Amino acid sequence: MSGVMRPVGRKLDLKNGRVDLTHGSGGRAMAQLIADIFHVAFDNEWLRRADDQAVFDVPPGRLAMTTDGYVISPLFFPGGDIGSLAVHGTINDIAMSGARPLKLTASFILEEGFALADLKRIADSMGDAARGAGVPIVAGDTKVVERGKADGVFISTAGIGVVPEGLTLSANRAQPGDVVIVSGSMGDHGVAIMSCRENLQFDTDLLSDSAALHELTARMVATAAPSLRLMRDPTRGGLAATLNEIAHQSDVGVRIAEGAIPVKPSVAAACELLGLDPLYVANEGKLVAIVAPEAAQALLAAMRAHPLGAEAAIIGEIVADQNRFVQMTTSFGGGRIVDWLSGEQLPRIC
Amino acid sequence: MKYVDEYRDGELARAIAATIAAEARPERIYRFMEFCGGHTHAISRYGVEDLLPPNVRMIHGPGCPVCVLPVGRIDEAIALARLPDVTLCTYGDLMRVPASGGISLTKAKAGGADIRMVYSTLDAVRIAESEPDRKVVFFAIGFETTTPPTAMAVLAAQKKGLSNFSIFCNHVLTPAAILAIFESPEVKTLGAVEIDGFVGPAHVSTVIGTRPYEPFARNYHKPVVISGFEPLDVMQSILMLVRQMNEDRSEVENQYIRAVTRDGNLRAQAIVADMFELRESFEWRGLGQVANSALRLRDAYAAFDAERIFPIARSNAQDNPACECGAILRGVKKPAECKLFGTACTPETPMGSCMVSSEGACAAHWTYGRFRDAAKMRAAE
Repeated sequence: MSGVMRPVGRKLDLKNGRVDLTHGSGGRAMAQLIADIFHVAFDNEWLRRADDQAVFDVPPGRLAMTTDGYVISPLFFPGGDIGSLAVHGTINDIAMSGARPLKLTASFILEEGFALADLKRIADSMGDAARGAGVPIVAGDTKVVERGKADGVFISTAGIGVVPEGLTLSANRAQPGDVVIVSGSMGDHGVAIMSCRENLQFDTDLLSDSAALHELTARMVATAAPSLRLMRDPTRGGLAATLNEIAHQSDVGVRIAEGAIPVKPSVAAACELLGLDPLYVANEGKLVAIVAPEAAQALLAAMRAHPLGAEAAIIGEIVADQNRFVQMTTSFGGGRIVDWLSGEQLPRIC
Repeated sequence: MKYVDEYRDGELARAIAATIAAEARPERIYRFMEFCGGHTHAISRYGVEDLLPPNVRMIHGPGCPVCVLPVGRIDEAIALARLPDVTLCTYGDLMRVPASGGISLTKAKAGGADIRMVYSTLDAVRIAESEPDRKVVFFAIGFETTTPPTAMAVLAAQKKGLSNFSIFCNHVLTPAAILAIFESPEVKTLGAVEIDGFVGPAHVSTVIGTRPYEPFARNYHKPVVISGFEPLDVMQSILMLVRQMNEDRSEVENQYIRAVTRDGNLRAQAIVADMFELRESFEWRGLGQVANSALRLRDAYAAFDAERIFPIARSNAQDNPACECGAILRGVKKPAECKLFGTACTPETPMGSCMVSSEGACAAHWTYGRFRDAAKMRAAE
């Protein structure tokens, strides 16, 4: 969307209009779409310059960079939409390195026939999420494909942030004896999405937990930096996938207690009904932290002092295990493995 | 969660475990087969075996509907789905079951076949109603629990006057499978697997009642306890079986009294009896051809029978010869005793059906229990 000035002419019909192929052709229609929807929604000094790229100073330190794609269905869901999700998800990927997120970019693949009103709603939500997080969307791109070649809108993002000096967080740093902490209840996002899928609607007050976690992670770094080994957000594949990734990357085992893992009753009930396991259901506003035992209580207290970590809990510990198993003591009293997810539990969840 | 957590209470579990440990006689071995995949799943997922004394052992049975479906029937379903006008509707857990030639429903779908996952048989009827140009076939599988919903779908389609809905019927019968296990050479003569009692089906029994198991207790002198699918149900049923053995009784007892009666669901039985008839024989993975063990639609419902509507060649494809699903389904071998287990065969690359369904013995052991193999190996070293 860079290089575009507001063209002369009639405004877009944001009430009844639809995306057509001219909106991606590089002509006046595209300029108008970008000006009337994206520039209005994202407005910031870099976009206003209308160059093909954003140019900005970076603070000293190492940079963290990430990219992400969003194809969620449905586009609007309880607690968010594809736009806010794209902003939160990208910020979280940066924040898990301990970095302070600086800037975002967004690229849109639009399907011919997509309602402009819906596109505006998504762009406005993205703009709100970015402003709320204090991380501007400084560059973008728009493409249109024929009807049937996409599903409404797909969003690709990039994000960049700066890592505080001396901080190295990585999933290969977990050591036996370390403590495993989650920032809140597991499975809210996935179950909220399932509740509005057309073939299995059910009534629930549950909202997606979609949220930007960088303020929480900044506090965590400030509290426990030298003892904090890693943070990771358990998105697709849920807590189970994240713990298995950590076990493999660090060549350790993980032992958790089922009774210690926060799961909302409505999530537990929906999972029971649908035959899902909350440990495998996606989250979009939660994180897993691994921390040395001596800093665990201080970190837990710091997390609980932030609204997005109010329900943080210690759920287990890292152990030496050449098999790199994630093992759980069930509330029933037995033991089991918490394995990787096999196959597809919930398609197009983010 | 009300009415769920109560059946998973750890304190009660420890109390029952202590009673089992106290009453199981140390000089005896108690070998119980849990028939249903639902029990296998609960035992693995909640770690029930960790709560049992070493001389009380569980043997996984064949009651996993996905597992017992032979390769040939999956081949035939895929052939159906590849017909130009056909939409095949299936329960999700069939999607990844390996058919011949490395194909599965998932792969056939990726190759262009119109295969859709449904959560209810009535979803398939709705698809037939809203897409009259498609010939919608429901891939009907399962034991007595899933037969009535299939029957209701056929009745719904008939009521709506749909001429584009049919079922590919693979419904099978639990008592026939139990009989086949009693009569299999390993159990009957070779003695390779000895079963002292049965944890009997939960949901199946809500439909057929407890009466059909009475001949097994009587003729084969094996205690049977009909058990719910929650882990405390299983623990309590194991205790009841231990007591029957200690008291030298062989009876059908009902632990799952909150859902199962002696006569079962008479209305469901009547609807099924009206619509289906026995096949002379049907192939089961693991058990081979079993007489009078499966159902097909009666002539009056021929218009809904995909096997009569579509020209589908019979497939006699067999399992990979190295795959031990058959022996595992009969309780003769344990998952870890199969050479393919955890090497060539994992949930990501299943060679046999027992590794696909979450109710399959191999998938349950791989997903929840394989840490015990590692512990055993360490102890042996």
